[in-house]
Amino acid sequence: MPTPSRYWREIPQRYRFEANKCKNCGIVFFPPRLICPECKKREFEETKLAEKGKILTYTIIRVPPRQFVDQAPYAVGIVELDDGVKLTAQIVDCDFEDLKIGLKVKLEFRKIFDEGEAGILCYGYKFVPE
Amino acid sequence: MEGIIGYGAYIPRNRIKVEEIAKVWGADAPSYKRGLMLEEKSVPSPDQDTITMSVEASKRALKRSLINPADIGAVYIGSESHPYAVKPSGTVLAEAIGATPEVHTADFEFACKAGTEGMFVALSLVKAGEVKYGLAVGADTSQGAPGDALEYSAAAGAAAFIFGRDNIIAKALETYSYTTDTPDFWRREYQYYPQHGGRFTGDPAYFKHIVGAGKGIMEKAGMKPSDFNYVIFHQPNGKFPFRVGKMLGFEREQIEPGWLVNKLGNTYSASSPLGLTASLDISEPGDKILIVSYGSGAGSDAFIFEVTERIEKVRDLAPKTRELLEKNKNYLEYGEYAKFRKKIKKAV
Ligand SMILES: [Zn+2]
Repeated sequence: MPTPSRYWREIPQRYRFEANKCKNCGIVFFPPRLICPECKKREFEETKLAEKGKILTYTIIRVPPRQFVDQAPYAVGIVELDDGVKLTAQIVDCDFEDLKIGLKVKLEFRKIFDEGEAGILCYGYKFVPE
Repeated sequence: MEGIIGYGAYIPRNRIKVEEIAKVWGADAPSYKRGLMLEEKSVPSPDQDTITMSVEASKRALKRSLINPADIGAVYIGSESHPYAVKPSGTVLAEAIGATPEVHTADFEFACKAGTEGMFVALSLVKAGEVKYGLAVGADTSQGAPGDALEYSAAAGAAAFIFGRDNIIAKALETYSYTTDTPDFWRREYQYYPQHGGRFTGDPAYFKHIVGAGKGIMEKAGMKPSDFNYVIFHQPNGKFPFRVGKMLGFEREQIEPGWLVNKLGNTYSASSPLGLTASLDISEPGDKILIVSYGSGAGSDAFIFEVTERIEKVRDLAPKTRELLEKNKNYLEYGEYAKFRKKIKKAV
């Protein structure tokens, strides 16, 4: 579980899908990086992830980490966004039998988890069928 | 002239039918369905709340407005189900759409009228020239106590409106508010479910305030019921909007396009605002729309809008409200619904 300060630091990525793009080789990084692992250069431009993509692979989580226990079973997938970035997130609003590789999905803003009855609420992205 | 430059709606996919709730409490479903003119209602998933629905509705409003979110100077969420008791909902929304940090943000509360309250203030700030654009959202994930009549109707949804001065899709011709102190519905601090005054929620509350605001705004604008193509009243159940419409001299045909409650339930702060989005979805340039909200406690906000030619350019840029109401539905059984709404809790 993130502390409020760590959650806060990640807000640009969690809320607005902010990424950065290497000015030299054009690769988009999410979360943003300071040094490009390909060309080792440090010059980036700010960009935002595409909000649509397709499922590359997925699995159903039945035995989840502690803070996700109440959500089980749930689907997690690797999605390739329209800009080529691949990311892992929950896939919701989709019956398990309708999940398939290649399914078109889009990002949606959801509650990722809450820290018990009294802690902060953590928001971010999940995927839903387009 | 000032008015709406973008609008967006959000409705969760889960539904529960009146029969499913009635079965649990031994109530007679047909008489509830007839009495409330209600078939089913929307239910939020555990990962949806007023904040998440506000973000999605606002992103759709942004798509239709075609503006830079950084130019939004006011962000307001009206709700009676803000997820935090202390900590604003609006800051998450402002951050998620990219309106921070140069933005005025506030959460509004006034039972089911909180959404139009935010609209009233956002529009007024644009009129005053204090902000270039103002965003106002009505959103709720409301709860009725198990077995209470409210349980059949309390639903979830959000509607967002961006106000501005250029590229308007609906001019704001007139506004009017009608408020008195009337204790028809309340919830005290630390109470989970609201209390209400039963039949007292009708005549001295809903009907008096909507009729007061409806008459008041038409008089102020020099207009009569037949001048309007669409009229939207707050929708706590299916019957009230038609009854109050009749009292004010409106026809069924003017009310029906924005009447969503039979398949949606009462989305509280989003109720009349969602009706407005559904009416804008099908309106033509020149159409006149009257919307009158109602919030227990009690008060009504009224607005008259005139649709412009720009509606045809932007309405297809985001999903339409009636499509959202019909698409990808997931029917819940009462047990699942009770778990989703935390009416039952698991052992720790
Ligand atoms: Zn590089």
